[in-house]
Amino acid sequence: MRYLLPLGAFIVLVIFLGIGLKLDPKEVPSPLIGKPAPTFSLPQLHEPDKLFTPEQMKGKVWLLSVWASWCVSCRQEHVYLSEFARMGVAEVIGLNYKDEPEDGRQWLSQLGNPYVLSVIDKEGSAGLDWGVYGVPETFVIDKKGIIRHKQTGPVDPEIIQTIILPLVQTLNGEAG
Amino acid sequence: MKTIALLMLLLSLNSYAETKVYDFKDPVLEQRYQGLTEELRCLVCQNQNIADSHAELAQDLRTKVYEMLMRGESDQQIIEYMINRYGDFVLYKPPLKSKTLILWLAPLLTVLLGGLGFWAVLRKRSQPQEHLSSVDKQRIKDLLDRTGE
Repeated sequence: MRYLLPLGAFIVLVIFLGIGLKLDPKEVPSPLIGKPAPTFSLPQLHEPDKLFTPEQMKGKVWLLSVWASWCVSCRQEHVYLSEFARMGVAEVIGLNYKDEPEDGRQWLSQLGNPYVLSVIDKEGSAGLDWGVYGVPETFVIDKKGIIRHKQTGPVDPEIIQTIILPLVQTLNGEAG
Repeated sequence: MKTIALLMLLLSLNSYAETKVYDFKDPVLEQRYQGLTEELRCLVCQNQNIADSHAELAQDLRTKVYEMLMRGESDQQIIEYMINRYGDFVLYKPPLKSKTLILWLAPLLTVLLGGLGFWAVLRKRSQPQEHLSSVDKQRIKDLLDRTGE
């Protein structure tokens, strides 16, 4: 009986610390999920005189992938993202974040281009609007233009198989 | 000696070159800028506010705060802009909600519990120790009676 109280307090403490260990402080839940995707109108990386806005994707399920040539983990996720793009379940649009357009184009011609198109966000203002704080980031947007998922950090086969692919398939089944 | 001192001064100035400093003509605006950037958390280096952080994102957010201030937007509008993009996490002072209730109440609960425990211990101590058997009591009485003679 004497030890019950300290033991109880200890167990509660262990549970709290245990939960704390499992949490990833780098992963900040995005308030944008379930909200309409912020709009922008930016020049395309390969055809700078043409503009792209997210409205053009209305009626389609698509991914916005934030990348840059200076970003090391973008290189890491590139191969998996390319694999995903080849599956053809959803179009992937790139947002070339705070990058030199020339460097970005070179990066893509070297590694291959998984993107339907990329847009130039040299100042990072669109990125700021989308709440980007660490590249790479990947957003899943539904047919109505609502952000349904955000992946912070590089995507890997597990994330694609267990999160992105099932989500995209469900969203593809939804009415536009 | 003088040249060394000058060199050191120049070198130390160099380390400030990275942070963009904004020139405010209005001291009230500057005050608000200071307050806001100290209240907002940098998402890259999470234990720093955007006033202190050298991360590029912090610089972008400072620029945003500056621009919004110049446009005449209120503190509330600027904070809301940040929350809408980065969530409550950008605030060093979390808002009081059902989700953060335990965060706000924990210090109060801890003090209350501690006080309660302290009070219980004090009460126990001040209580007279009455564990004497009737035989002992009789003996004390006898002794006292004897000294009283």
